[in-house]
Amino acid sequence: MNVLVCVKRVPLTGGKMVLTADERAIETRHLGFTISPHEECGVEEAVRIVEAGGGSVTVLTLGPPEAEEQLRDAMALGAERAVLLETDGSDWDPEATAAALVEAIRAEEAQPDLIVFGNESADSGGFQVGIRVAHALGRPIVTGVKALAVEDGALRAEQEVGSARDVYRVPLPAVVTVKEGINLPRYPSVPAKLRARRKPVERRTPAGAAPRLEMVRLVVPEGRGKQAEVLGEGPGAAPAVVELLQKLGIA
Amino acid sequence: MTALVFVEHVGGVVDELSLQALTFARGYDDDVEAVAFGGTPAVTGVGTLHVAEIDGYAPQAWARAIASLAPTTVVAAGTDRGNEVLAHAAAMTGGVFAANVVRADGDAVTRQRWGGSLLEEARLHGDVKLMTVAPHAVAIEEAAGEPAVQPFAPELEEADLVARVVERVDTSTGGLSLAEAPVVVSGGRGVGSAEGFASLEELAGMLGGVVGCSRAVTMAGWRPHTDQVGQTGTKISPDLYIPCGISGATQHMAGCKGAKKLLAINSDPEAPIMATADYAVIGDVLEIVPAITAELRRVRA
Repeated sequence: MNVLVCVKRVPLTGGKMVLTADERAIETRHLGFTISPHEECGVEEAVRIVEAGGGSVTVLTLGPPEAEEQLRDAMALGAERAVLLETDGSDWDPEATAAALVEAIRAEEAQPDLIVFGNESADSGGFQVGIRVAHALGRPIVTGVKALAVEDGALRAEQEVGSARDVYRVPLPAVVTVKEGINLPRYPSVPAKLRARRKPVERRTPAGAAPRLEMVRLVVPEGRGKQAEVLGEGPGAAPAVVELLQKLGIA
Repeated sequence: MTALVFVEHVGGVVDELSLQALTFARGYDDDVEAVAFGGTPAVTGVGTLHVAEIDGYAPQAWARAIASLAPTTVVAAGTDRGNEVLAHAAAMTGGVFAANVVRADGDAVTRQRWGGSLLEEARLHGDVKLMTVAPHAVAIEEAAGEPAVQPFAPELEEADLVARVVERVDTSTGGLSLAEAPVVVSGGRGVGSAEGFASLEELAGMLGGVVGCSRAVTMAGWRPHTDQVGQTGTKISPDLYIPCGISGATQHMAGCKGAKKLLAINSDPEAPIMATADYAVIGDVLEIVPAITAELRRVRA
């Protein structure tokens, strides 16, 4: 089975958001980058499916040239090849992103039986790229998937609903968006990382489109603007803590 | 112009987040209608309530029903289903969709990024605009007036019903859920090991709460993902949140914004969590937490 996973490069933001001077991006000069969390689980899930039933995993991203780093990370987890749709690093809206991905997927020599997305990206959180791609390709989609199995050429997918799971059965080819928790991604071994360096990355330059969800500027929301009241240091603070719990009506 | 609100309900009782979406829509547009599935919810303050006759949850079919009403503005709650159905409706109508909006005026919207840790001011360009409302961004204002109820059977395409819920499996453990617990005691990397959580379990038990954790802990395999509080984990809203050895990365804070009071236990007085916490104890979690349970036992004896 051919599985294609779409991933996004996002910064590791740490404790505080700092914006660039033009207020259109996060200042990332001192930050590392990662695959958006849901999508990292998407790569792991795709690799597990292929390990169990044969086939190949391709990883696809739209992003700056540096997104090759995240494609190599995905290949260290077990993807065989990668496609990088290169941008200048500026923000693409969900529709333009979906259109570029659709064009790249249609150009694939072997059409994927399964396309995997993250439920939403960690940064822009648009909640729609996977669904737009599914519509454009005329494929069924299940979103927010927390458990996935291939059974007789069909997918069984579970979606979390409070303290229950909704079960879907859809025929292949299909699209899913997964959520973190569907698996615990493996920690890539050193040989796997070395192999990933030699795997092929195809680079293409997609045509952009004017954004219809047009970002004007980013704003860091106002914090609580206060500092915590320190009750004490070390185990000696325990009586003060219990006093607080009693005051709050909890102990 | 009319804003059409997709209302979620359980057995006719409108979800709190859908009430927030209705309030948002009334502030956005003078004329508000609603659409619901699987029965007739007790919605007030809208002109017409459309009730689609579709059995069970099939996101694309629900979106087709919404699209068949030819709306120019569609509003829903920023829930799993709200975001899912509106994304389908956007793809069908050629509409522009903004998820987790906190404010809107005409084409100008402010929406959440990074689970609410960052806001984006944006413009929507399109004849059909779809918006979900970020949870708890709007305070509910009740509006009076019984709507005209209009049942309808939307014309569906075969493809609309391919992805539909065929079974529901109960996964509840019978215990208190993380999302609803009144007290949550969470551990981060500072707890040091899976075994280190024993003292957190004890404290949570004594306070009638449950244990949570940070993403670093899940990734280390110390706790299951179901315990994870954060942007990609569970969103909690306890009366008291006690993060232990958690620095306060934006990923984590996006999950505990709903907590009423926050008591941080951390060895680093400069940790980002100190800017959000109401109270703090500085020091080693593995010494402080057992001291608190011991003190609790002493005063209760």
